[in-house]
Amino acid sequence: MSASDVESIKKQTRTYIGVFVALLVLTLVTVGVSYLHISSVFLALALGLLIACVKGGLVASVFMHLNHERKIIYWVLALTVLFFIVLMIIPVASHLDQRAIQ
Amino acid sequence: MMDIPYTTEPRPDTGLYNAKLGIWLFLASEVMLFGALFSSYVLLRTGAPTWPHGSEFLNIPLATLNTVVLIASSVTMVLAWSALKLNDFGKYRRYMGLTFLAGVGFLIIKAIEYSTKFQHHLYPETNTFLAIYFTLTGLHGLHVIGGMVINGYFWGPGAKMWKTQPERFTNRIEVAGLYWHFVDLVWIFLFPTLYLM
Repeated sequence: MSASDVESIKKQTRTYIGVFVALLVLTLVTVGVSYLHISSVFLALALGLLIACVKGGLVASVFMHLNHERKIIYWVLALTVLFFIVLMIIPVASHLDQRAIQ
Repeated sequence: MMDIPYTTEPRPDTGLYNAKLGIWLFLASEVMLFGALFSSYVLLRTGAPTWPHGSEFLNIPLATLNTVVLIASSVTMVLAWSALKLNDFGKYRRYMGLTFLAGVGFLIIKAIEYSTKFQHHLYPETNTFLAIYFTLTGLHGLHVIGGMVINGYFWGPGAKMWKTQPERFTNRIEVAGLYWHFVDLVWIFLFPTLYLM
């Protein structure tokens, strides 16, 4: 392994520690927000999920190396996201349909 | 006997060693498994006349601690892989050992949470919220146990491969890591969904 490889891995290690600290802070922020008892359920849900998405994004891009990965994996994940969205639309559509009937 | 192809060298058409594409396809199927349950959660919640705030039934400080434990284990896992990249097997062993212990810690805390629920006669059959809570966290817990079996194997007997095929072993740790980070990622979404909303 070349010296530049060693240096780049050491640099990555510092990034991992930085992400660790960011994840800890964001965990505390999520818990803190929940104690604010935001009256709007929608706002509380949106805020909680937004923070979770940032945390998830950090884990996926840095720990799972998605920030520099081969194209084929991005395609697999794009397809997964598409089907995941469909899965989430099903209950929402069902709920709206039920409301329309009532 | 023919060797398994593309364990270290990238396959020309994908640009990846086979196990890496394999684990990502598996994780895609896992997204659909947990996605279906998240979808059920949304359906149950929107269909229910009332829905409790997680804190009415669940212990937020314990779950916060568990979140920290799992995040820390993700860091030690990726550091274990980094250590192998730097040819430092001793460091790998320490970080992998810590990852395994964090898994044990997570399960102990989860067990304390579950047993407190049972002591208060709160079961999956008690209400819809607890039913989906036990289903989601139970399935996640099984994934943690599965990851610990893999990590334990690579910490112990499976580590022999480092002596004969270090590059292949490093790739195995990367793949095991991808699974472990996914388990962490699922928890990152479960925690606010079940406990904080």
